[in-house]
Amino acid sequence: MAELECSIGLEIHVELKTASKIFCSCKNEFGALPNTNVCPICLGLPGTLPVLNSRVCDFAVKMGHALGCRINNVSRMERKNYFYPDLPKAYQISQSEIPICGNGSLDIIVDGEVKRVGIDRIHIEEDAGKLIHDDGFDGTLCDYNRCGVPLIEIVTDPDLHSSREAYVFLETVRSILRYIDISDCKMQEGSIRCDVNVSVHEKGTPLGERCELKNVNSFSGAVRGIEYEIKRQTDIIASGGLVERETRRWDDKKGVSTIMRSKEELQDYRFFPEPDLGAVVISSERVEELRSEIPELPNRKMIRYVKEHGMNCDEAFVIADSPDKAALYDDCISLGRCRPRSVANRILGEVTKFMNDTGRSIADTPLTAQALCELCEAAENGIISSTGAKRVFAELVSSGGNTADIIERLGLAQNSDEEFLSDIADKVITDNEKSVRDYQNGKSNALGYLVGQSMKLSKGKADPAKLRSILENKLKKEN
Amino acid sequence: MLYERSAFELAELLRNRKCSAVELLDSVKKRAVELQPSLNAYISFNDNAAKAAEEADRRLAQGGDVPVLCGIPVAVKDNISVKGLRTTCASKMLENYVPPYSASAVELLEAAGAVIIGKTNMDEFAMGSASDTGIFGAVKNPVNTSYSAGGSSGGSAAAVAGGAATLALGSDTGGSVRQPASFCGVAGFCPSYGAVSRYGLIAFASSLDRIGTIGKNIRDVQLLHNIINVTDPRDVTNNHNFFSEHSFHSLKGVRIGIPEELFGDMVSDDVKTAVIGAVKLMESEGAVIHDISLPSLSSAVKAYYVISSAEASSNLARYDGVRYGFRAEGCSSPMEMIRKSRTEGFGDEVKRRILLGTFVLSEGCSDSYYKRAALFRQRLCREFDEIFRSCDAVVSPVYPEAGIKLGKGKRLADIYSADICTVPSSLAGLPAVSIPCGTASDGLPIGLQLIGRRYGDNELLSIAYCYEVAGGVYHG
Repeated sequence: MAELECSIGLEIHVELKTASKIFCSCKNEFGALPNTNVCPICLGLPGTLPVLNSRVCDFAVKMGHALGCRINNVSRMERKNYFYPDLPKAYQISQSEIPICGNGSLDIIVDGEVKRVGIDRIHIEEDAGKLIHDDGFDGTLCDYNRCGVPLIEIVTDPDLHSSREAYVFLETVRSILRYIDISDCKMQEGSIRCDVNVSVHEKGTPLGERCELKNVNSFSGAVRGIEYEIKRQTDIIASGGLVERETRRWDDKKGVSTIMRSKEELQDYRFFPEPDLGAVVISSERVEELRSEIPELPNRKMIRYVKEHGMNCDEAFVIADSPDKAALYDDCISLGRCRPRSVANRILGEVTKFMNDTGRSIADTPLTAQALCELCEAAENGIISSTGAKRVFAELVSSGGNTADIIERLGLAQNSDEEFLSDIADKVITDNEKSVRDYQNGKSNALGYLVGQSMKLSKGKADPAKLRSILENKLKKEN
Repeated sequence: MLYERSAFELAELLRNRKCSAVELLDSVKKRAVELQPSLNAYISFNDNAAKAAEEADRRLAQGGDVPVLCGIPVAVKDNISVKGLRTTCASKMLENYVPPYSASAVELLEAAGAVIIGKTNMDEFAMGSASDTGIFGAVKNPVNTSYSAGGSSGGSAAAVAGGAATLALGSDTGGSVRQPASFCGVAGFCPSYGAVSRYGLIAFASSLDRIGTIGKNIRDVQLLHNIINVTDPRDVTNNHNFFSEHSFHSLKGVRIGIPEELFGDMVSDDVKTAVIGAVKLMESEGAVIHDISLPSLSSAVKAYYVISSAEASSNLARYDGVRYGFRAEGCSSPMEMIRKSRTEGFGDEVKRRILLGTFVLSEGCSDSYYKRAALFRQRLCREFDEIFRSCDAVVSPVYPEAGIKLGKGKRLADIYSADICTVPSSLAGLPAVSIPCGTASDGLPIGLQLIGRRYGDNELLSIAYCYEVAGGVYHG
């Protein structure tokens, strides 16, 4: 059998964190009592009309910029018609023919390799309500609070070829959403959900029929669902069968997918332009204004850290994923006082531990990039020991201040440390046999040379008087 | 009797304290109750009307800057939401639905001190031409009760014509204000699309639906229209940026276009004679008559039914028995409940349009039906634009016949194609008005339709008013 390849495309639904819903002024908030954040408009009562919240367009355009999309100054809302008890109007107002953002791409870094994933589109739409099945109630309960919560749907090209790539892609998208601050990204609250399309086919041949997996509620669930689907399709092909176009429901607990709709049962949504809303128009000036709000994104940072600073992908992700850590790292690097590696190690170590332990962000502490650089420098130069460095860091995040002062105050400098000086003296004595012999033969100015070498080795940090007496003592003993 | 008077006259009487709003309401309400068994114009009466009339009297007594319609009894078609007042669309589906909010137009009326007397009968969800598809039975023509009052705003037109309301709101999607006004011998105005907020008007076909006004004459429909012709941020298709204030003070030099296509064989002799007589009258008053042609007219009815049914199939999908309205009994799953509720809750005409609309939007059909109709609609708009370069108004019949006899089975295709005179302006979003212009040999009133340029509502009404004054059939 020819080698098989799998192609994966993702449809990612992201709830936007606007203050109000997409078509009415109800609060957009998670966790309220059922059916309290509702009004005649989001309940779709007869005669009501939608009015588009322009913040939703702003947020979608920002994501469009982040994913390098073409922005359509004029796009269109359409109705997607289907019956379900959680959809009060029996149509979802969405975008079909002309989405707000067209083609784009996202570079991700997987196992050290940069990979470009095509973005087909980003469109805006409204969320539906939630059905609740309660053991204490014989029937179905509906909570419409989520109706009209604004969503963007990001649709990729089928450019991903493994569950690992899909996972990294999803993590990168989540990271970007946080950077541009348009979503809470809380998986457990359903603020990011994705549908996964998988097609296994012979390498080099066109894509085969795809299967769509629904009900994928976490990134790790996506990985398991994709692997299950790859195996299922591979088995079908191996046994000489043909993969059929289907929609399947992923059951993450059982680790299996089951068929929801076959090809024949695929829904006809009967899209048509939403007559209650005009064209969605966003001016070029506004589009540019929003572009200027986009910072350097975490995927770019990751690639830079791996390719230019020699980090591995995991290290790069830990730093780049957190706007806080990345800002601190980049600030330190631009000061240019210490090696990138030592800053990275501090951030991956002490900074990450501090943030995990306290739940606080670095921006809330008095620690500055300048101070962290000085700390790294002191450690690089052996002025402080690694235990000393940890104490200095703790001091910097709790009370701030100047690194040198803290070293001084806590007496952490290794220049007055007997052991440290003695180590240096030993090394200089071993490395300079001739001078040692000269001194022992009565050439007293050879001692000056040895002290100089020791000072050099301590990078000028050692106390020269103390060093001189240690050397004298040692040379006496050796005599 | 007070109920026989026009809103314009009554406003004067109220202002001069020659009558009170309470007396006026009494007179009109009595008349409405008296006519109800024979006309069936109302679905519900407003229990709070008396209180509103008392409040109007208080405002009138205070004097000062009282809105012109303060104290005037107005009927509201039963597809326009009034908070706390059952709003049924004449459908079993909404038989017990009480809206928790009022339509913008209703809020404006109430703020102006108008007294909402009740909700008027109609075709189910405004789909029909004779106000006979609803669950409350047909509305009869006050002139001859063996005839329909027309539809779908039959209740509103019959109420105004019979004195059961001084003014009425209707809705016009493809002629539903103009045609019943014509049948009942009153004036009916369908404004430009975008003039009056649709917020609270229960949607049939969103890109065509308009709230229109019915009164005894042009001045009356304009008084009512002026109250509700207000910008509303709740309806984004509501647009007051382009309206022109221009108006005519006589017919001298007014350019009238006569589309030959709307005076063809399908129009009855009575109607043709009356409308042509009206055109001659205009000409004698100095109007300049142009023969014009609208080549796209032949497809207008088809395009109208494709687009309106497509939108209706989506707009009416929300009636699923889940949150409000009719819910079928004995269902084992939510999806079965939806299916059964819709099967039992809608009447045949509504189901027919939903099926048609679902079909024309379905995959593989949308291009050859829905999208083609939308393209056709654009072409029709361009043809009208061209016509309004050389004309100030287009004159035509409102309906090919003077009336529709009740209980007489007709082919559906014939009923639909009789909308030929009213749907072109609906598709193009143009303002159009129906004014009485004569009487058929059997005594039924005949209406004349004037179509104006988009956003030229004022100008159109001024032409209609000049015609009325010049010796058209004038009531009040």
